[in-house]
Amino acid sequence: MATMTYREALKQGLRSALQEDPKVFLMGEDVGRYGGAFAVSKGLLEEFGPERIMDVPLSESGFTGAGIGAALGGMKPIVEIMTINFSLLALDQIVNNAATLLHMSGGQINVPLVIRISCGIGRQLAAQHSHSWEPIFAHIPGLNVVSAGSHEDAAWMLHFAMKSPDPVVIIEYTGLLNTEGEVPATPPEGGLQKAKVRKEGSDISVITYGSGVPKTMEAASELAAEEGIQAEVLDLRCLRPLDEASVLASVRKTHRALIVEDAWRSVSISSEISARIMENAFYDLDAPVERLCGLEVPIPYPKHLEEASVPQKDEIKARIKKMLS
Amino acid sequence: MKENTAGERSNQIGLLFQMMRIRRFEEKAAEMYSKSKIRGFLHLYIGEEAVAAGLISQLKPEDRILATYREHGHALARGIPAGEIMAEMYGMSEGCSKGRGGSMHLFDVKRNFFGGNAIVASHLPLATGLALSTKKQGKTDVTVCFFGEGAMAEGEFHEAMNLAALWQVPLLMVCENNRYAMGTAMQFTHANQDIESKGRAYGMESATVDGMDVLKVRAAGEKALDYIRSTGKPYFLVCNTYRFRAHSMFDAELYRDKSEVEAWKKNDPILKLRQDLERQYQFSESEMKALESACEKEVTEAVQFAEAGSPEPAETLMQFVVSGPPDPGAEAEKSSTIKS
Ligand SMILES: Cc1ncc(C[n+]2csc(CCOP(=O)(O)OP(=O)(O)O)c2C)c(N)n1
Ligand SMILES: [Mg+2]
Repeated sequence: MATMTYREALKQGLRSALQEDPKVFLMGEDVGRYGGAFAVSKGLLEEFGPERIMDVPLSESGFTGAGIGAALGGMKPIVEIMTINFSLLALDQIVNNAATLLHMSGGQINVPLVIRISCGIGRQLAAQHSHSWEPIFAHIPGLNVVSAGSHEDAAWMLHFAMKSPDPVVIIEYTGLLNTEGEVPATPPEGGLQKAKVRKEGSDISVITYGSGVPKTMEAASELAAEEGIQAEVLDLRCLRPLDEASVLASVRKTHRALIVEDAWRSVSISSEISARIMENAFYDLDAPVERLCGLEVPIPYPKHLEEASVPQKDEIKARIKKMLS
Repeated sequence: MKENTAGERSNQIGLLFQMMRIRRFEEKAAEMYSKSKIRGFLHLYIGEEAVAAGLISQLKPEDRILATYREHGHALARGIPAGEIMAEMYGMSEGCSKGRGGSMHLFDVKRNFFGGNAIVASHLPLATGLALSTKKQGKTDVTVCFFGEGAMAEGEFHEAMNLAALWQVPLLMVCENNRYAMGTAMQFTHANQDIESKGRAYGMESATVDGMDVLKVRAAGEKALDYIRSTGKPYFLVCNTYRFRAHSMFDAELYRDKSEVEAWKKNDPILKLRQDLERQYQFSESEMKALESACEKEVTEAVQFAEAGSPEPAETLMQFVVSGPPDPGAEAEKSSTIKS
């Protein structure tokens, strides 16, 4: 175990992937000379050279498609899309090629491509730069979509993703970059696709992912200390395919479920989780499933409005208390 | 070269003043950023002022402007009050976008200023469409679209250019070539660095101008606009310029030498015009002082206006998502019939 920032954890993950296999290369806007838009890849150009740390022009569709092509040709590309806000420009390539070629070709073509995308709200970047679009990617069959809500996953998710024969989208969180956390020295359990209980509890299951994980963890620990409430926090980690078994196991234990996410509420990850609980564990519930999600508004610039747009720690605490009262 | 007339003298002093007020405004914005009054991204235009000042001075009020996230200069040159821009960056409801947009999303539709777009190149197709609407309605205004050389690698640049040329719409496409897209220099972005040729490739009338010289920009703008107004066709203008500051407030500038920046600062467009004016028109120290204090006053008042602003209450958060109720479909249902 070592303590490091989320940014450092991401960088270590990248560095070991590059060290492990000479076919691995990173390409993205400003990953090299600029040092990475968020300084994640800072120093890697000097360490691995411009053939393996490739700055690309502003052309998200072009370089993502080229990443798919390079994967078809036997390379192991890691494509970085600077932020999720620009990912729609690449979405055609991701949906119609990366996610589809295996099926369309009758199983002939694998796309072992990893796409890293940073995501999240909280830096007052206004509507076009504050999206939480995990649900868009999670909608697409053929993809693995994982969400790094912990330092452990920031460091190790890429390791698992590089072993996948199919495309993996890794969503990382700019809001966590400067936070410190524990990173194990060897690959943690859970692989690519398993959800993980981050805090055991018996009173309620709080199911979340990504940026929801740290604030839910804080809310749960404070409630334990202040009120003796034992909330179980389940970090989904993988948004496609969903680890339904872990969700159901937790709900069957606590009989209550709250789902927390920053993404817009309608047609979201929480909608899907809620439906799966209804379909499979309805009779295990003591109360209706509840959700705390992003309000359905383009994110405004001012701090107080931005904060009001997504669930905050105090809101999570209040909702848990209400559900248990 | 324009004649040495009193009119030309005051026109040039006007351009100087325009560039100076943009510079002073942005220096103040950077100061307010470091005091955390302004947050989010802040992209400064310092060094590039001649482009906005030179071109926007040639426009009529009905002409439309679209710009990037580096648009404080364009907004000021267009006549959006400095106070409303500062208030926007403070996130106040008195801001030109009611505080919702911040620095990257300045909008003022009554002044035909259509933003402030922060997804690189995403406003280019909009500009083609605005110009198309002008053509379809038989109007005479011109749409002017500003973007960086980095944006020209995006598919949307090529799609918008092709459509504009195909449809022959009254559009001025202005590439503000400051040689860098964030930290990626032109030579790592464009296989063919003859930027202007990319306009000609679409059959568009194209030109390049020294974007550090406001008089040359003005002349190039005049020529381009004359062409567009007389033919109704699009025009591609490349302005070669340079940003003196970092890409945004988060940039450590690892990708360029300080000496390169210093060398470009010798071409400071404000300095150059001031020296020209002194040589040609006996522009005096006291006239310069007067412009400086006018800028200072405007910027000070802008900050006061922003400081006195009122944040929107959180209860209004959900405003401006959609325009209804009532359901426009229900209204249409009552009034329409399908003609057979
Ligand atoms: C589609 C998209 N991709 C990436 C970004 C991140 N980004 C913002 S500005 C920028 C550089 C743009 O360079 P250029 O077009 O030359 O304009 P400049 O900033 O130099 O004025 C990048 C990569 C973005 N905002 N939108
Ligand atoms: Mg540029």
